[in-house]
Amino acid sequence: MADYEHHSYDVIIIGAGGAGLRAAIEAKQRGLNVAIICKSLLGKAHTVMAEGGVAAAMGNVYEEDNWQVHFRDTMRGGKMLNNWRMAQLHAQESPDRVLELEQWGALFDRTKDGKITQRDFGGHRYARLAHVGDRTGLELIRTLQQKAVSMDIDVFMECKVLRLLRDDQGAISGAVGYWRPTGEFITFSAKSVILATGGVGKSWKYTSNSWEGTGDGHAMAMWAGADLIDMECIQFHPTGMVWPLSVRGILVTEGVRGDGGVLRNSEQKRFMFDYIADMFKAETASSEEEADKWYDDHTAGRRPPELLPRDEVARAINTEVKAGRGSPHGGVFLDIASRRSAEFIRRRLPSMYHQFMELAGVDITTTAMEVGPTCHYIMGGVRVDADTTATAIPGLFAAGEVAGGMHGSNRLGGNSLSDLIVFGRRAGMGAADYIEGRSGDITLDAAQVQAIINESLVPFSREEGENPYDIQRDLQELMQSNVGIIRTGSELDEAVVKLEELKERANNVIVKGNTRVYNPAWNLATDLPAMLTVSTCAALGAQARKESRGGHTREDFPKPDAAFGKVNMVLSQENGGGMNAPVKVDPQPILEMPDDLKVLFEEAK
Amino acid sequence: MTDLTMRIWRGDENGGELVDYTIESQENEVVLDVIHRLQATQIPDLACRWNCKAGKCGSCSAEINGMPRLMCMTRMDQLPQGPVTITPMRTFPIIRDLVTDVSFNYEMAKRVPAFNPPPMPEGGYRMQQIDVERGQEFRKCIECFMCQNVCHVIRDHEENKVNYAGPRFFIRYAELEMHPLDTNDRRELVREKMGLGLCNITKCCTEVCPEHIKITDNAIIPLKERAVDAHYDPVAWLGRKITGRKKRTADEAAADRP
Amino acid sequence: MAVDDVTITEVKLGGRRGGPDVPTLRTDKWWKLPLTTVVVLSAFVVYATWAAFLGTSNFFYEAHNLLSPFYSPCFGHICQTNNVTSSPFLDWWKFSPALIILVFPLGFRMTCYYYRKAYYRSFWRSPVACAVQDAHTKYTGETKAPLIIQNIHRYFFYFGLVFNVLLTVDAVQAFIWPGGGVHMSIGTLVLCLNASLLWLYSLSCHACRHMCGGQVRNFSQHPIRHKLWKFVTPLNAKHMQFAWMSLVVVALTDVYVRLVASGTITDLKIF
Repeated sequence: MADYEHHSYDVIIIGAGGAGLRAAIEAKQRGLNVAIICKSLLGKAHTVMAEGGVAAAMGNVYEEDNWQVHFRDTMRGGKMLNNWRMAQLHAQESPDRVLELEQWGALFDRTKDGKITQRDFGGHRYARLAHVGDRTGLELIRTLQQKAVSMDIDVFMECKVLRLLRDDQGAISGAVGYWRPTGEFITFSAKSVILATGGVGKSWKYTSNSWEGTGDGHAMAMWAGADLIDMECIQFHPTGMVWPLSVRGILVTEGVRGDGGVLRNSEQKRFMFDYIADMFKAETASSEEEADKWYDDHTAGRRPPELLPRDEVARAINTEVKAGRGSPHGGVFLDIASRRSAEFIRRRLPSMYHQFMELAGVDITTTAMEVGPTCHYIMGGVRVDADTTATAIPGLFAAGEVAGGMHGSNRLGGNSLSDLIVFGRRAGMGAADYIEGRSGDITLDAAQVQAIINESLVPFSREEGENPYDIQRDLQELMQSNVGIIRTGSELDEAVVKLEELKERANNVIVKGNTRVYNPAWNLATDLPAMLTVSTCAALGAQARKESRGGHTREDFPKPDAAFGKVNMVLSQENGGGMNAPVKVDPQPILEMPDDLKVLFEEAK
Repeated sequence: MTDLTMRIWRGDENGGELVDYTIESQENEVVLDVIHRLQATQIPDLACRWNCKAGKCGSCSAEINGMPRLMCMTRMDQLPQGPVTITPMRTFPIIRDLVTDVSFNYEMAKRVPAFNPPPMPEGGYRMQQIDVERGQEFRKCIECFMCQNVCHVIRDHEENKVNYAGPRFFIRYAELEMHPLDTNDRRELVREKMGLGLCNITKCCTEVCPEHIKITDNAIIPLKERAVDAHYDPVAWLGRKITGRKKRTADEAAADRP
Repeated sequence: MAVDDVTITEVKLGGRRGGPDVPTLRTDKWWKLPLTTVVVLSAFVVYATWAAFLGTSNFFYEAHNLLSPFYSPCFGHICQTNNVTSSPFLDWWKFSPALIILVFPLGFRMTCYYYRKAYYRSFWRSPVACAVQDAHTKYTGETKAPLIIQNIHRYFFYFGLVFNVLLTVDAVQAFIWPGGGVHMSIGTLVLCLNASLLWLYSLSCHACRHMCGGQVRNFSQHPIRHKLWKFVTPLNAKHMQFAWMSLVVVALTDVYVRLVASGTITDLKIF
């Protein structure tokens, strides 16, 4: 029997990124006893990686902007698969949430008359992204962190949650986890739990995500009985670095292409001209001469094909590499060095220049970059109620990347930071309202707790078994090759089978080194069940969605299918599920948009 | 490919030692890449803190050949030939291997009296770019705590930890004192209780900052000058007497009430 | 809430630290810079002491009106022996006037934020270089006497400005020779260079930057102070360079005047 410490709170929030911190602040302001639990140190969450800005229709730069326009942009970007109510709330509330950050000490860049300035971004009709240079995510997380600290919110840092607990009525009752620095176990009883655990990218080989993106929240929610939706909708950014090793997966901003960078294959051909789909032919240049004119004067030529939507570009890169025309390390060349002066590159892309100089020793003013698609963001997630962020489990809420629906099948840049603060707050409100309406004490089932603890300790007791790092590597290879940017039925079928094999291996994982104190092998071993679960969900969702839509591209079904456009792929397990339990896939109709909002889309035509 | 010798400190609160590991070198790696390869192949339980591996989160601080560096931003080919020594941050208590207990910094963060602006007018605050820029420099901080680690005030004098906020929080205080909207006055608090006078401006914090924040010139010295205004300058004292302008005591600043 | 509530600390002291117990693991030549500082500063101090105590002649070259910066403003009985000026108020001072004069520039430099860094590191070795163990076991920084005096740096800055004016006057006067007319020699240029570097050193001072505008919260409400601050800020970034250049040049100026006044070399006339 392992000992454990116990804590009791009104609300525990798992995850300390933008959504988790915002939820904690809201719940604390409602007078609740709140704790944040995070796998890393406070302030290190993946939110810090966001650069571009927070999308909010404040109209500071273009007065014409308003929530209806933002809503419409978001729905179209998501190929109408979005939860319309989430998109509406998001568009309506994000301006207030941004202004609120300034009350807590954030310092956004300004317009001449002293308002928050806003920048253009892909898919947004007006300049809409409030920003701080290219480190907006850091500003957001630091502001929320400092606010939370000043409110005396308890934070359990470097604490990994293993499983959620439910009471005999099926309502949420707490969670079990362990301290990474000591390996000691810890339990929380809570009237409400808010999941804000972020994404799943670490299951792919090339990813912009940090080690924390193992899908803990997605998996724990489903294991506890909540539904996941649209887990196949994963955004692959077309240009991530593939080489050198040290920068594999790190994003190369779209600005490189906007400023004249072009994509070439190993034959030095600007291959994007071969990949202009019919629906984009009218607005895309047909020759290099015409495309090159566009950079100086948008009226002199049509847009270069390098600036087609992300999924188009990513698909083209993928095809070139598969055809054997890739770069030495399995990408293509992104070349701005031969097209712009060194001075121009350094002035327009200072952070890119320095990032490559410092991290890779690559001088982008003289050398072409090797790039390929990188796993960036999951649009799918836990199915929630838009207004309260409540899941199917009483007392369990979810906000941020772990929640599904807001972004449909494809997310617009800048909409993630605003998602965090809009729905983080709503999660705090939802939890507070739920607690007001509930009664009775919380008791945890000691036997259940002990079972979870014992299960996590098994890897220490094996004589021989699998190295967790090997399983992780094989999982990443599998997901990258079979459930990557372009999918086909046969590869997905194979992935589903192989995932079961990986689970078998994970059931036999061994941790050498007899310490639980900050033992990364054990930490990884405890992350694997969630990684394998979300990977399975992504593969099953992709198998079931026999169409191409947004972040989900099927080679064997290359077109969108109106019938699939009206359903969410709902993934679930029976109560008491886990990594080894089967996952059910069930297409269910999406929320019907009310007529007064439908009008917005008719007007636009 | 040649072999690398990585001389890594292995141990915990009961002591430890430098251990040599040999691993083949690969092109264009950073120190953190090599650590990860060692974990995956030779030392699965090698404790090391990291998150983003892109120089943005400030988790992988350590001492490389004796100097505080981010492991993810230190390229192997820029280090001198020979064994590469990697040790945990010296100033904080050890947890295991390269991981230290940095809770000192989170305690100091709790001591900062929060930002306190006037009520927000309809449509948001108006601020000028020139007024927000000074604070923005300090808000680039990624909290790697290498400035805290390198500062001899606490690195070599443990007893000072009780009353020393350290460079990371001096830039936080400076940011608040320069924030165009803040209404508190923390000068006496910083001087009296946060150990501003312990800093002897030897600038190691600035030298190690991965964000290239001018910690000493733009934050600590301006704070010291503000402390002179509030406490040491006789003319400023006379000025306050004549004009009736008040400064806040450390207590008042902590309570954020005049 | 009172300050004690804020500072009730949960910082546990005495936790065991990681890494080997050695003063430093640095392998680069970290000692080079502090050693250089010690050599150059010591050389200056030795020379300045000699010039102040012993070099009480040949600090003024009458024919070209060149006065050593160590002896400006010229007063007391020694200056009288050079037949330059006479100051009845200071006749009682029987020692080198440089002893009075040098107190102020010395104080300015001793309390200067840059020099503090330089000598705390090199002479006091606290710390001698980053991540190298402090040479002292006890440390109270600038919180106690005598180092608490560093906080009046701004007053030495004011005095420094007075001296800059005096040395500027000297440099201007060096264009006007006793023989009549406006002339220029290498010596005139040396005095001009010296005065200019001292101005740059003073204006780049951190206290100056603070008082010009650094102390305000809202630049937008103080446009003139913001302009001043923007002017001195780039200078401030070069404060270290100005500190060394002006130090070396002030000594060399004294050397030059002495060499000329003693007849060792000739001060070349330009016009």
